[in-house]
Amino acid sequence: MDWSPVWISLATSVTATAITMVAGLAAAIWREGRRGPAMAVVDGVFLLPLVLPPTVVGFFLLLLLGRNGPIGRLLLQFGATIVFSWPATVIAAAVVAFPLMYLTGRAALEQVDLQYLQAARTLGASEWRVFREVELPLAWPGVVAGTILSFARALGEFGATLMVAGNIPGRTATIPIAIYFAVEADDIGRALAWCAVDVIISLALLGGLYYWTHGQSLGRARWARR
Amino acid sequence: MGAALTVPLEVQIAHKLADFTLDVNFVAADEPLSVLGPSGAGKSMLLRCIAGLERAGRGRIVLNGRTLLDSEKKIHLPARERRVGMLFQHYGLFPHRTLAENIAFGIQQLPLGERGPRVAALVERAHLSGLENRYPREVSGGEQQRAALARALAIEPEALLLDEPLSALDAHLRSQMEAELQSAFDRYARPSLLVTHNVEEAYRLGKRLLVLSRGRIAAFGDKDDIFLRPPSLEVARLTGCKNFSRVRLIDRQCIEAIDWHCRVRVAQIPSAAPAYVGIRAHHVRFVDADERGEQAENAFPCWLVRASQTPFRVTLYLRLIPPTKSTEKKDEFDLQVEVTRERWARLRDQPEPFRVMLPPDALFLVSE
Repeated sequence: MDWSPVWISLATSVTATAITMVAGLAAAIWREGRRGPAMAVVDGVFLLPLVLPPTVVGFFLLLLLGRNGPIGRLLLQFGATIVFSWPATVIAAAVVAFPLMYLTGRAALEQVDLQYLQAARTLGASEWRVFREVELPLAWPGVVAGTILSFARALGEFGATLMVAGNIPGRTATIPIAIYFAVEADDIGRALAWCAVDVIISLALLGGLYYWTHGQSLGRARWARR
Repeated sequence: MGAALTVPLEVQIAHKLADFTLDVNFVAADEPLSVLGPSGAGKSMLLRCIAGLERAGRGRIVLNGRTLLDSEKKIHLPARERRVGMLFQHYGLFPHRTLAENIAFGIQQLPLGERGPRVAALVERAHLSGLENRYPREVSGGEQQRAALARALAIEPEALLLDEPLSALDAHLRSQMEAELQSAFDRYARPSLLVTHNVEEAYRLGKRLLVLSRGRIAAFGDKDDIFLRPPSLEVARLTGCKNFSRVRLIDRQCIEAIDWHCRVRVAQIPSAAPAYVGIRAHHVRFVDADERGEQAENAFPCWLVRASQTPFRVTLYLRLIPPTKSTEKKDEFDLQVEVTRERWARLRDQPEPFRVMLPPDALFLVSE
């Protein structure tokens, strides 16, 4: 049996989650404290990948990254094509997972009492230090939750990936795609096997994450006592 | 730019708020200044503007010759560069850091060899020895406040701002923490602005007093002057005076107190057109039956409407005219008088009417 979909799925999800975590948090921080009608539009754009069917997201990405798309053409000048390659699976997964990180991250940052940030500022802390040493630690449970959601979403990504990365065994075929094409080829046994693998991986990862974050929250319970 | 006349802290700001403009202009010396005012008067906003947490629309703030804000020169020093210590109402101690880590937060840039002893000294001075490795939620409110004050003072700020520092404490901790604040002020000897809506706290902790009302300075100066001779009805009210009456001038010594149904002699020479006469509840005296006759001046018969008792003092609500039969005016009173429980115990056995005396030098006249 060719195990490549497992490694592709894992590598894609991990990379996409890392990108999403940074981008989602950065967007959440940027959005913090901004108001006005323009922000409603911004929110709409940021949340679009959550609302649209993944196939639509994938199609948009294809238009954007393809040979005739603005980004695709730019990359072509450096001799690079991104569609139907492994990076395309990462981009697709990151884009669909982004709203989850953005939403959860924003909620987590917003619930941090401003007083702590202001206290830090009066004590001479730079904005980076305020974020790194006060805001992020206090928002941490929410940030972790957002990361888990993003990872889960990235791992299960199918529609957008298929549109923009296709089904190239050994390069872009993730587990969900392998399952789809196994079913299409009437290879039910193979499909079931991949399903089982997917369930095992999901449970193992979520279980691991749960214990990891639970340990974290036990550590936090120290200062939350009373 | 007179160098000889530099004041430690100079504040002159106009900052638009939702329903009024915070518009103040004052200087503060190297001593505690109480900022008194009702909720929503702009007190906290004033502190936030000085600390740099809020950008005042217009104005100038100068601290020891350093310009923190100058809207004309487009100077707005960020909070981190102001060297202004702030004690927040709920202390703002970082919950994920121990007390020692909290206190050390502002002096992170110091080398460890210097920082350690400094934090240890601050911990000791704040009476927190043994608690330095506890998290804020594991210590009492008083200990949290000490830690927050130590943290603010650790950066050796050039001014200290305290936002309702005692309001989050239980009654039994209040007086103790107030005494500790007092001694902290004595040691600190730099401009300290203490925001409060508690009249007594403001009086006890500040050397000078600034009364703020809807963003304006209603009074600013020596606290005794303001308490004895409030410049306006509003300030008299805000500093806790309960008794007022409209007045009509009879002559330079005598006025008719319309709402008290009597004529009184006043020590203060009336200003152009005083509108009200006032007296503080604890300045009204009772004349016992046996000393009647001697002190006839400003003494009037009165009838008790009701008495409200606290553990040590009693507030008496009195009418200066005989009670009427009609029930609708039963709860109306003219004077609110505060006496000790002992005084009340002696008084209550005497037959009504009692006799109250309004000492001429305790009566003050205000316009508007």
